[in-house]
Amino acid sequence: MAVAGIFFYLFSAITVAAAFMVIAARNPVHSVLFLILAFFNSAGLFVLMGAEFLAMILVVVYVGAVAVLFLFVVMMLDIDFAELRQGMLQYLPVGGVIGVILLIELIFVVGSWALSPEAVATIADKAPSVGGITNTEAIGQILYTKYVYLFQAAGIVLLIAMVGAIVLTLHHKEGVRRQSIPRQVARTPATAIEVREVKSGEGLS
Amino acid sequence: MYEAAITVAIIVAQSVALLVSLLVVIAYLLLADRKIWAAVQMRRGPNVVGPWGLFQSFADLLKFVLKEVVIPDGANKGVFLLAPLVTCVLALAGWAVIPVAENWVIADINVGILYLFAISSLGVYGVIMGGWASNSKYPFLGALRSAAQMVSYEVSIGFVIITVLLCAGTLNLSGIVMTQKSGLADMMGLPWLTFLNWYWLPLFPMFVVFFVSALAETNRPPFDLPEAESELVAGFMVEYSSTPYLMFMLGEYVSITAMCAMTVILFMGGWLPPLDIAPFTWVPGIFWFLGKLCFVFFMFAMVKAMVPRYRYDQLMRLGWKVFLPISLFYVAAVAGFLVAFDLAPGGS
Repeated sequence: MAVAGIFFYLFSAITVAAAFMVIAARNPVHSVLFLILAFFNSAGLFVLMGAEFLAMILVVVYVGAVAVLFLFVVMMLDIDFAELRQGMLQYLPVGGVIGVILLIELIFVVGSWALSPEAVATIADKAPSVGGITNTEAIGQILYTKYVYLFQAAGIVLLIAMVGAIVLTLHHKEGVRRQSIPRQVARTPATAIEVREVKSGEGLS
Repeated sequence: MYEAAITVAIIVAQSVALLVSLLVVIAYLLLADRKIWAAVQMRRGPNVVGPWGLFQSFADLLKFVLKEVVIPDGANKGVFLLAPLVTCVLALAGWAVIPVAENWVIADINVGILYLFAISSLGVYGVIMGGWASNSKYPFLGALRSAAQMVSYEVSIGFVIITVLLCAGTLNLSGIVMTQKSGLADMMGLPWLTFLNWYWLPLFPMFVVFFVSALAETNRPPFDLPEAESELVAGFMVEYSSTPYLMFMLGEYVSITAMCAMTVILFMGGWLPPLDIAPFTWVPGIFWFLGKLCFVFFMFAMVKAMVPRYRYDQLMRLGWKVFLPISLFYVAAVAGFLVAFDLAPGGS
């Protein structure tokens, strides 16, 4: 148990420090790298809580795909750091208010946990009993039975977002010769090559 | 307290043993790679250091370590040095969950396959960070290409893994190997032909997709666009020299062996013997695992020797327009088949 405690404080400390560095770093690429570090350590916290499936999905989806694209974009931006810093004080109140609201909400959630046992009971009620099955199975059993419609709805929302992004960015240019793989594969010497007799000194017309 | 200390000591000893043997295996796989490549081109390959060039990899190691580390002036120093470390450490971390024989595994975790998938998807960071931090054009182009390439092929690898999971019913790597103890050969009434039990046969199209995607995920030729010598000099590695370069190369080969191991576990029955008759069953599982690993690596090397490099748009087309639909279809088909014939593992 002591080992778990040490790792909890290690992961939490790195997560908080990295999250702070995300906003404090001067270079935006460094910010993204710190964000990735924060994600990674949150995955470690999930593992400590026994939610290894969530931890791995967090790494695969956020660290492995989303943050890569994020990094990809940030690297290509040409950012003037001085200009970026100028507006910072202007946004501070808004950011501060959002932060305070989130903090209050978190306190409410944790507070209700501590204060009313009924709330805990209703939460525990929804989860399948986890005796003897892995939490991957537990998530599957609740996600595809009780929440199957919500799950499908989330899928549809993502699909629509994807279609929307493609529609917005897809442009068909006229007069572009595209590569057609089936046509290239179907070519034979008979259809592709023409053998001509060339007389010396005359060339082909 | 003593028990905890002993457990930690055992884990450390196991890790060191795995690390050392892995590095030795990789030293010789690297030599084999060069020898096979040379043989295909009717050359001799490395043959000077030691008998038949057997110590070539160690000579290379010394050469890289003893050279001077050159860091470009405009490079982002921290990220520049972090990139090869990230590549190397992440690749090695993947081996923590790979079972090389029955119960021969450092961490036998429930979500082993997901862990391996997550770790291999992180390999792209070393490349992107190295390419960006070099502050030079060729590395940056290589990094951009690589980011797109590795993210694209991860998608089809994910679907291939899902088809195997549908058949196996577990995310534990040892569990996946154990489910390949029975299968098609038993149904055909030939239980001694155990190599027909493995998933490569019923999931053959997925086996091919996985093999090609593994090549793309590890930046092996014909998909070595991040470091295409003919156009980008050496891609994201241009500015690297000495030990950082060595770590990039090491990380690359470790992740190649990890991908080979993943192929062996998912499709070729891990440490199980290919025939269930006397002389084959006497051989310990570790040798079967190593043999299969070398076989898959041989296929990797032959592909490198025989196939010309893909053009970038062809690579993207293959990933998104060919592999993604095929693997998506196969996931649906396998799931439907398993449900229709009531073969789903653990299902009621």
